[in-house]
Amino acid sequence: MRCAVEIQGLTKRYGKLVALDHVSFSVPEGTLFGLIGPDGAGKTTLYQILTTLLGPDEGSATVAGWDVVKDYKKLRAEIGYMPERFSLYPDLTVNENLQFFASLFGVDVKDNFDLIAPIFDQLKNFPNRRAGALSGGMKQKLALGCALIHRPKVLLLDEPTTGVDAVSRGEFWDMLATLKENGITILVSTSYMDEAERCERIALINKGKILDVNAPGRLIEGLDQNLYNASAKEMYPLLEALRSLPDVRDCYTFGATLHVVTDDGFDLDAAMCRLRQGGLDDVRIWPAKGNVEDLFIQLAKNDG
Amino acid sequence: MSIFQSLIKKEVLHLVRDFRTVTVVLVMPVVLLSLFGFAISTEVNNVRIVAVVEQHTDETVQIIDRLRSNAYFTFEGIVPFRDVDGLLRKGRVDAAVVFRTEDGRLQHQILADASNTNMAQTSTAYLESAISYGTGPAVVSHTLYNPQLKSAYNFVPGIMGMIFILICAMMTSVSIVNEKESGTMNLLLVSPVRPRTIILSKLVPYFLLSCVILTLVLVLSYTVLGLPFSFSVIHVIWVTILYVILALGLGLLISTLVSTQVAALLVSGVMFMIPVVLLSGMIFPVENMPPVLQWLTCAIPARWYISAMRVLMVQQLPVSYVLTEVLILAGMTLLVLALAIRKFNAKR
Repeated sequence: MRCAVEIQGLTKRYGKLVALDHVSFSVPEGTLFGLIGPDGAGKTTLYQILTTLLGPDEGSATVAGWDVVKDYKKLRAEIGYMPERFSLYPDLTVNENLQFFASLFGVDVKDNFDLIAPIFDQLKNFPNRRAGALSGGMKQKLALGCALIHRPKVLLLDEPTTGVDAVSRGEFWDMLATLKENGITILVSTSYMDEAERCERIALINKGKILDVNAPGRLIEGLDQNLYNASAKEMYPLLEALRSLPDVRDCYTFGATLHVVTDDGFDLDAAMCRLRQGGLDDVRIWPAKGNVEDLFIQLAKNDG
Repeated sequence: MSIFQSLIKKEVLHLVRDFRTVTVVLVMPVVLLSLFGFAISTEVNNVRIVAVVEQHTDETVQIIDRLRSNAYFTFEGIVPFRDVDGLLRKGRVDAAVVFRTEDGRLQHQILADASNTNMAQTSTAYLESAISYGTGPAVVSHTLYNPQLKSAYNFVPGIMGMIFILICAMMTSVSIVNEKESGTMNLLLVSPVRPRTIILSKLVPYFLLSCVILTLVLVLSYTVLGLPFSFSVIHVIWVTILYVILALGLGLLISTLVSTQVAALLVSGVMFMIPVVLLSGMIFPVENMPPVLQWLTCAIPARWYISAMRVLMVQQLPVSYVLTEVLILAGMTLLVLALAIRKFNAKR
């Protein structure tokens, strides 16, 4: 299978800070690929290198078959880029923004409107509204439309859903799925772990290093085995008590409960007993279903 | 529509939508020219004087008559010597003339309030000439190029030097930095459009705006302010265009050095506005400055532009008299543009 994005040993330093540390992974053509990591992991730097805005210190990368350093001119015509913040002209109208970005790539809005028609379902009702006066979700749709108007082969989205409400986020991921059907390779970054499960493959990145790359299902496979939910009346003493147990490798808050990662020989009943003896009320421990967030915490812990 | 055209169209839309800024930019030259041309004047009028006369003679009577009839003076009367100090202190009069006859010869002394140096110097000179009129050899003075000594003549070149730096450097740097701040510059750079096309499209609208302002300034200068009109206006126009290009280059250079609009405003304000006003010779003559400052003024484009404009607009001399200035401006333009483009490309 050909790769839309191929990254080999990419390193970028800002003075002493290493923003990217020998990053390597590849994105097969036609996939919806997620780049998952917390703020400051190096996602935006990676995007800036892939979009040729920054040059790498070491390593190489190709996007749509073009090298980011040598063939940057050809590369630019093949990619659609949506930066982290809303980056359109707020004083231009919806249509003016769309037409302007189409003309930058030498195409007509009509030529590729079929591709963005689903995205523009609502926006087409107010073509003359200034982009600055749109709601957050609408701005994001317009930005996506502008990034797609020249029918790029690879779509690079840097945290597109940050600061967007839950409903719009859901809609946005539905749109990405549709775009993938049209054969566009999508590399999307996010710091929301729950969004990772909507990608076909994901790369976990932290402190400039790639922790793991796989399908989200594969990544969390085997994670359930030694993972438990725990709750009690008093949560903080429970956390401390669990951490002091011999077979418990890690324990951290997860939503309203605690997630407990254990060694293979963990005895649930014995642990319950000990906790009750320790004076904790309403102790409950039951097997948990692991997700990307659990995986991330584990990998980051091993790494750090 | 070509890429360049649509870039220009976008830029014009920004300008048109930012109606307030454009209005300010167009109204400012008119206000500045009217202010400096009419209201602010370095001429000294209505100098209030008193005279102290110890002994009236025909000579003193004649002199006092001349003072009374002179349009520049307001003669407040003859006072005893002891009152002079009090009158000067209270600011009732600006100068006093004391006449004393010693050994049959008339001596005079002038006392002037020098809290305003300019006023004191000018009024003393006026008084001297009014008193010594008719005595000694006559000095016939001709003030060339500006026979009426209109201060507008002096200020028009200065204001032009200031306005174009202000509009071109400040507005272009702010508009480019604005795109950097909002992130749209990244989108432009990621597109296949070449960086120099982006830059050029940013400069053209402000260049056109400057041309509109130049027309406005010239029309005002030659009609309302009454500057002498001649063929040299052609040279005024092309030298100004050179200066505008230089100012645009400076704006571009600033935009590559700073990353926020506030910083761009500050840099163009502090680095350009203040030197232009203080060191360009617009208000304070370069020749009167200490040597170190005179050296410094050589680096200020406005100094060369303003001095060229004085020659072309006021003296109406042929362009060969401003060759040095034009060559220096051209050299500066090339240098600034080369630096700015290199800096801009190095960013990536």
